[in-house]
Amino acid sequence: MLKPPPSFLWTRRIFLTLLTAFTLTPVLVMVSSSLKPLQDVQGPFRWIPSELTFRPYLDIWSTVPLADYFVNSLIVSVSATVLSVLIAIFSAYGVSRYRFRGRKLFTVTVLSTQMFPGILFLLPLFLIFVNIGNATGVALYGSRGGLILTYLTFSLPFSIWMLVGYFDSIPRDLDEAAAVDGCGPLRTLVRIVVPAATPGIVAVSVYAFMTAWGEVLFASVMTNDTTRTLSVGLQGYATQNDVYWNQVMAASLVVSVPVVAGFLLLQRYLVAGLTAGAVK
Amino acid sequence: MTRRRLGLPYLLLLPALALELLIHLVPMVVGMVMSFKQLTQFYIRDWSTAPWSGLDNYRVSVDFSAPIGQSLLNSFWVTCLFTALAVGFSWLLGTAAAVFLQESFRGRGLLRTLFLIPYALPVYAAVITWSFMFQRDTGLVNHLLVDQLYLFDEKPFWLIGDNSFTALVVVAVWKTWPFAFLTLMAGLQNIPRELYEAAAMDGAGVWQQLRKITLPSLRPVNQVLVLVLFLWTFNDFNTPYVLFGKSAPEQADLISIHIYQSSFVTWNFGAGSAMSVLLLLFLLLVTAIYLFFTSRRRDADA
Repeated sequence: MLKPPPSFLWTRRIFLTLLTAFTLTPVLVMVSSSLKPLQDVQGPFRWIPSELTFRPYLDIWSTVPLADYFVNSLIVSVSATVLSVLIAIFSAYGVSRYRFRGRKLFTVTVLSTQMFPGILFLLPLFLIFVNIGNATGVALYGSRGGLILTYLTFSLPFSIWMLVGYFDSIPRDLDEAAAVDGCGPLRTLVRIVVPAATPGIVAVSVYAFMTAWGEVLFASVMTNDTTRTLSVGLQGYATQNDVYWNQVMAASLVVSVPVVAGFLLLQRYLVAGLTAGAVK
Repeated sequence: MTRRRLGLPYLLLLPALALELLIHLVPMVVGMVMSFKQLTQFYIRDWSTAPWSGLDNYRVSVDFSAPIGQSLLNSFWVTCLFTALAVGFSWLLGTAAAVFLQESFRGRGLLRTLFLIPYALPVYAAVITWSFMFQRDTGLVNHLLVDQLYLFDEKPFWLIGDNSFTALVVVAVWKTWPFAFLTLMAGLQNIPRELYEAAAMDGAGVWQQLRKITLPSLRPVNQVLVLVLFLWTFNDFNTPYVLFGKSAPEQADLISIHIYQSSFVTWNFGAGSAMSVLLLLFLLLVTAIYLFFTSRRRDADA
């Protein structure tokens, strides 16, 4: 390739600098404000704290029951992720390896649920959960179980879509060799297809976890005091008169670190997964 | 053996299908039924006993001379403009960043990682930070624009009034463009290097290669990407909900928030359902038209 001309290099330099500033400003605000005493966030904005304090990081746990919210979010997100990925693996295997009646219909139906506005089924779902609870005694409304079921369907369409693409790219010769060795379809899936598709599966897991960890709308309606998740609980730092912005920033940072770290560590799988799966 | 084989694919799909039915399709049908009922707070306990009201809920929703219809129409236009701007800018930033990071240079890996942070951050944590930045007296935005750059004489409000729309678009773009970037970066990796080498041999410069190779090769990726961005942005609830709290200003009253308010604040679930159904019909229509035209163009190119 020819060496890029200076016009290209300069455009690149300026553009990337501005974009980096835009992208990182909120992150810097989050970090610096989380280390400020309360009077700093109540006066005019300042970049550097007047004195560095870790108080907000201690106070966040007692102002609201943050640890409880954390545990709730963790249980809900991990369960939703594991179930969603397992179900997606089975579905994607079926779609990728078998030709059967309704195959196309299934793919279209599942994918089209992705475009439904959440608001459309929020209320009916809420009523259905209440009715199931009344009829069978299985409490879905207000429980973690209901939230887990809901969240896992949010990531399912995209996960299936991406894994079908991934599984399709794994040569069938491998399947056939396994069949010759006497492996049934499920053993082939577990022994051959899943290991070969690990990057795709990691990518899908990251996606499913992030979806569940960040969801706001359903969490705000479907949880009660004991099952409240972080997305709703973080609003508790605002009282009638005051917002403890330093604590809000500290709490935001604390709840972000696990996902951001996980995502950044695993992002190359996501790119690889997108390359092999969705983007074709 | 053959019979088991025959049933196996269906068995594999069963869990996904059952859950999609339970969480998405059945509620959707229930929601459609509800839109034909007079479903106010008196009937919430047992919604099936609510009286049928025919098309009343729809009539109220689209009666643009009455307040309910008027505010729905306003919300619809706000959402359209918001979507156009947010998707447009996100796509533009994502494309530019992906193209500029295509060739390796020092610091490329670091930038790539940094650029993905907004996508990785939980929505509520990121948006709540923005709402702190947009505070009139204590926020960074006014500090920067008024105290340091002297762009305004007086500190403007960002989260109420006309400026709230700008604030909403800025936050949405900040949050959305990394996804475009991520997808396009993956798309770029599928372009064979030989194409560029051949073009360079023919004397094509960087800008020309961009126009003749990169952008055309990304068209299939863009077809899906733009549609996904459109649907996500049009349905966005989280950003305005966290940014403005429960009452979004009229100028930034996105459709999801509007329907949420119509349902949960005024407890008129029948009208809320009717609006949701209208929203779904609109999205289906746009998607169908979009796919029709983009697929035809793709076929024509091939």
